[in-house]
Amino acid sequence: MKTLNLGESDPRFISEVEQRSGQKISRCYQCGACTGRCPNTFAYDLPVNRVMRLIQLGRREEVLSCSAIWLCAACQACAVQCPNEIDVTRVMETCRQMSAEAGLVSERAIQVFVKSFLGSVKRNGRAFEPGLMAGYMFRTGRFFTDVDLAPVMLAKRKLAFKPHKAGNGEVADIFRRYEEEGPVSCNLESDHA
Amino acid sequence: MPKTYAYYPGCSSMGTSAEYDRSTRAVCRACGIDLEDVHDWTCCGSTPAHVTDFGLSGALAARNLVQAKSAGRSEVLTPCPSCLKNMKAAQHHAHDPVWGPRIERLLGRKVPEDMRCASVLEILFRETGAEGVRALVKKPLTGLKVACYYGCLLTRPTALMEFDEPENPQSMETLLAATGATVLDFPLKVECCGASLAVVRRDMVQQLSGRLLDTACELGADVLSVACPLCQMNLDLRQKQAACRRQTKAAVPIMYVTQLLGLAFGLDEADLGLGGLIVDPRPVLAGIGARSEEAADAPAGGQDDAKAVNSGRAE
Repeated sequence: MKTLNLGESDPRFISEVEQRSGQKISRCYQCGACTGRCPNTFAYDLPVNRVMRLIQLGRREEVLSCSAIWLCAACQACAVQCPNEIDVTRVMETCRQMSAEAGLVSERAIQVFVKSFLGSVKRNGRAFEPGLMAGYMFRTGRFFTDVDLAPVMLAKRKLAFKPHKAGNGEVADIFRRYEEEGPVSCNLESDHA
Repeated sequence: MPKTYAYYPGCSSMGTSAEYDRSTRAVCRACGIDLEDVHDWTCCGSTPAHVTDFGLSGALAARNLVQAKSAGRSEVLTPCPSCLKNMKAAQHHAHDPVWGPRIERLLGRKVPEDMRCASVLEILFRETGAEGVRALVKKPLTGLKVACYYGCLLTRPTALMEFDEPENPQSMETLLAATGATVLDFPLKVECCGASLAVVRRDMVQQLSGRLLDTACELGADVLSVACPLCQMNLDLRQKQAACRRQTKAAVPIMYVTQLLGLAFGLDEADLGLGGLIVDPRPVLAGIGARSEEAADAPAGGQDDAKAVNSGRAE
């Protein structure tokens, strides 16, 4: 088990996570119900309850660079279980957003998939499954991802051949405004100043 | 005059879950539920948007609520639980001090708050219900053993989805029991299938989906009924990939609840998109057809015979 130096805590971290997630992290008393109910703990480097504790301790880097926040499938089971009504899933998602903004992503392939997907939506207005998969394979170098599925998907006509354009540029406008505005944490910091 | 619902098909309806879209439309038509497509609908942002930024996710989803509202609709129906959750979350976040103003800035207008959103399962349960289903059944699914699988998002998060019990929902069982099917008590009905991790972390999906398939097999299920395009894809299209993590090896057909209802209503198989399923359900369904014909020929004893045939097969 890793030893932590608690002298290195970042007191702003907990308030940032609380504001962005709208959840009272300080209410967590480590009962472990979230971890007990989580179906993905087997694949995590840190169980969910420990992520919660590290947030309370202001351990920004450990939390934002862990793989658990990226491997969470957002199934909401932990949120239903929490006796303190903390939406733990939302906390995990918030940490994932902050992890990408801070450049601390441990699961690069997932981030590439996310970007390929959003790129497809930005270009077409709708997600185009084959196009975003091609983008993902190109950027990760995982050229054989799910190629075993291609023949059966073709046979069952589950692959569209060209994207369906929709939204008349309104979706691209949403992305443009999002890119111009930058991450929401910038706004939080200026609010505090 | 019956209410017209704004219908949001979602991107997967254009590819991997075309049969869910078709069967939803066919079953709603049969139930007298009037659907009108959201004009020029766009992607809700799906998981990639809400793991990136709640503002971006909210704006992408809410654009469709704006479209539905401008067409004069008051309730959106969507087959996809993930799209549904994003639309509901957009409305919920519209009140959030951090995300509300950001969603409106990115969207360039206000989020319609008075728009209701529901899954196709919820609307069928609410509008048609067990009574309505019973009245429409032409080919009872007598003897077909069905395990109902809801996945994560139809009932959770509780405060957002406001539908059924979060950990032990019963709506799908209620509707399918009304078709004459034998509904099994499936303990993993709200366990995660691995969701969108399939592309990147196939191992996790194999583990999670493999357990669902094994449990369904152990219970003697003929078919797993689902109501989510991503669950269906992980369990059906990726069923072969999951084989390496399974204890049992039997193939399990994964059918949308709308396909099962449509079959019971006697709708055309082509309208239900049965040909789009990877694990062919026809072998198990052929038995049902024969059984229901027997039942029709001999109303008194036929049903019992059918049950005997079925239980013999399961053993």
